[in-house]
Amino acid sequence: MPRIVIERDRCKGCELCVKACPQQILGMTKELNSKGYFFAFVAEQKRCIGCRVCCITCPDVAISMCVNGTMIHYFRY
Amino acid sequence: MAKKLMKGCEAIGEAAIRAGCRLFFGYPITPQNEIPEYLSQRMPQVGGTFVQAESEVAASNMIYGAAGAGERVFTSSSSPGISLMQEAVSYLAGAELPAVIVNIMRAGPGLGGILPSQADYLQATKGGGHGDFNAIVLAPWSVQEAADLVADAFDLADFYRNPVYVLGDGLVGQMMEPVEFRDERQPIRPLEPKTWASTGWKKDRPRAVINSLYLDADTLERHNVDLQAKFATIRRDEVRWQGYHLDGDYDVLIIAYGTVARVCLTAVEELREKGINAAILRPISLYPFPYQALREAAQKASAVLVVELSAGQMVQDVHLALQGSRPVHFLGRTGGNLVSPEEAAAKVADVLEGRSVEVRHA
Amino acid sequence: MPDRTQAVFGYPSALRDVTTHYCPGCTHGVIHRMVAEVLDELGVRSRTVGVAPVGCAVLAYDYFNADMQQASHGRAPAVATGIKRARPDLVVFTYQGDGDLASIGMSEILHCANRGEKVTVVFVNNAIYGMTGGQMAPTTMPGQVTTTSPLGRDVRLAGEPIRMAEMLCTLRTPAFVARGAVHRPLHAVRTKDLLRRAFTYQVEDRCFSMVEILSTCPTNWGLPPQEACDWVEQTMVPYFPLGIFKTPDGSDRAPRPVW
Repeated sequence: MPRIVIERDRCKGCELCVKACPQQILGMTKELNSKGYFFAFVAEQKRCIGCRVCCITCPDVAISMCVNGTMIHYFRY
Repeated sequence: MAKKLMKGCEAIGEAAIRAGCRLFFGYPITPQNEIPEYLSQRMPQVGGTFVQAESEVAASNMIYGAAGAGERVFTSSSSPGISLMQEAVSYLAGAELPAVIVNIMRAGPGLGGILPSQADYLQATKGGGHGDFNAIVLAPWSVQEAADLVADAFDLADFYRNPVYVLGDGLVGQMMEPVEFRDERQPIRPLEPKTWASTGWKKDRPRAVINSLYLDADTLERHNVDLQAKFATIRRDEVRWQGYHLDGDYDVLIIAYGTVARVCLTAVEELREKGINAAILRPISLYPFPYQALREAAQKASAVLVVELSAGQMVQDVHLALQGSRPVHFLGRTGGNLVSPEEAAAKVADVLEGRSVEVRHA
Repeated sequence: MPDRTQAVFGYPSALRDVTTHYCPGCTHGVIHRMVAEVLDELGVRSRTVGVAPVGCAVLAYDYFNADMQQASHGRAPAVATGIKRARPDLVVFTYQGDGDLASIGMSEILHCANRGEKVTVVFVNNAIYGMTGGQMAPTTMPGQVTTTSPLGRDVRLAGEPIRMAEMLCTLRTPAFVARGAVHRPLHAVRTKDLLRRAFTYQVEDRCFSMVEILSTCPTNWGLPPQEACDWVEQTMVPYFPLGIFKTPDGSDRAPRPVW
């Protein structure tokens, strides 16, 4: 089961991950982080397929991913 | 080691190699071509690297990179090429990198000519590049001294982590004279290992960042204060000059450097035979300029004569040194013409007999 | 139940754990991360020296966990030459923008490539001068409005955008030259592979390598990050085709003369 963690204070609110996610499970919060940006958050963790597209898209390495058990990627990064 | 008859440019190249320099980045320009030519053949023989860059701008940035990696580096050029290097010299000073830059000066301005000149004095000593910085400037008057000063230049550059110019008028590079390289030469300053260099961060030392960018004003100001302290130390410890006939009596004190000083020495010998007493003070370090020595030497003279292959640049520093305490006369040739001993002797006579007009600066 | 959680994606150790100054949505950050990941994968971080010339990415010397040198505008390839010639054992890369590489530094990049210096050039092409506030660059697109082409780039006066990858591949000296992009995740994946190949050519002491990477500049383009990525797709990619232009064993691609 893949799990992504978005570090609220690294995010600059650019929303690239929200639009890139194939499962559309990311959203933008209404509260501000320490930098004063609305930051991204994981709306539906369960539907995450672990494709890492959000991690790859994020310009600020704010999104990290870990997995419990086996994980099959269909592209090498 | 036996004396060897060598062209100035080649002696300079050999001196660099004997100083342990294994990296030369240069570009063709008369009258210093023999330096890259000589080193392109010699460097491979000693396992060194010769790179002909695409421009002096590139060459000067190559020495920045190599110096930043902790190696002894060396480049040479002539006046127009040195102008192209000015930004990099400012970066070298700002990033506190050791580098030796030889300028075999040619007549200017613009493309000018290829014959000797000393018209880059202000560019070298007052800083042709931007920002508050100084490079040490050493001016040889012979092929032997050129070789010796290049060796010293590497030690001074490493010790102060600052660019050092060796400024030779075209003659120094082009004439052939016997030269001797002392093998057992010891560094003239204690040299520390270059732990600051960018040699790959193995986390056994702080991360090396060779840089001169400080966007924060206070940080940049502290950096400038440190640099100025370094230049103050240089002004205190690195003044070099040579006096000729200074101990006896003399009416005229001649100030000249490089090969012009040799011409003036011949003139002074001739004058002394005719009972006219003159002496010479020859600055070897143009930065730091020997203000103090000049002030003292001028006490005994009734007038001072500055002789340069330019329209008058060092004469400004002479004014600074004397503060109007002595009349200052000037004899200069440009375009690549040289001052002749007769000309210098005649000028001294003019000065003594009141036919020479004093040079006034504002 | 043993905890078998493994990290799949995280912060590369070659990237310093600091907040970058880059604007929100600026894909410099993506490229920084990928370069750092490649340095980690190849295990060369401890013998890498990066050169950051003037431009938005000058502060890269604060972002990589490696020894860095800051170079004057346009001169990074020359500085890199100096470093590599001084210490051939080091892995040397430059990280340059389009104003730096294709404008003031054109001579340096061409001759560095032509001498075959075994360094890796990461060339970020975002069709504008970023740090100085959005002026026209050599790669600014026709009609693109910038602070120095307020009526849009007029190709009759400012010429057409310069294709660096194509230009370098006419040189006969062996090299690896490619162009990638990071405006879409899968483009970023392919670009990382290009970076991996480029650095590998250097680690194997093989040849000069340059990867041109189309990148966005939301602030100076005046577009939100996502639309900036779309603009790269619609406007830049057709003019700057992506792919590998030159490999060390490939032939040169100089156009043949015709009568």
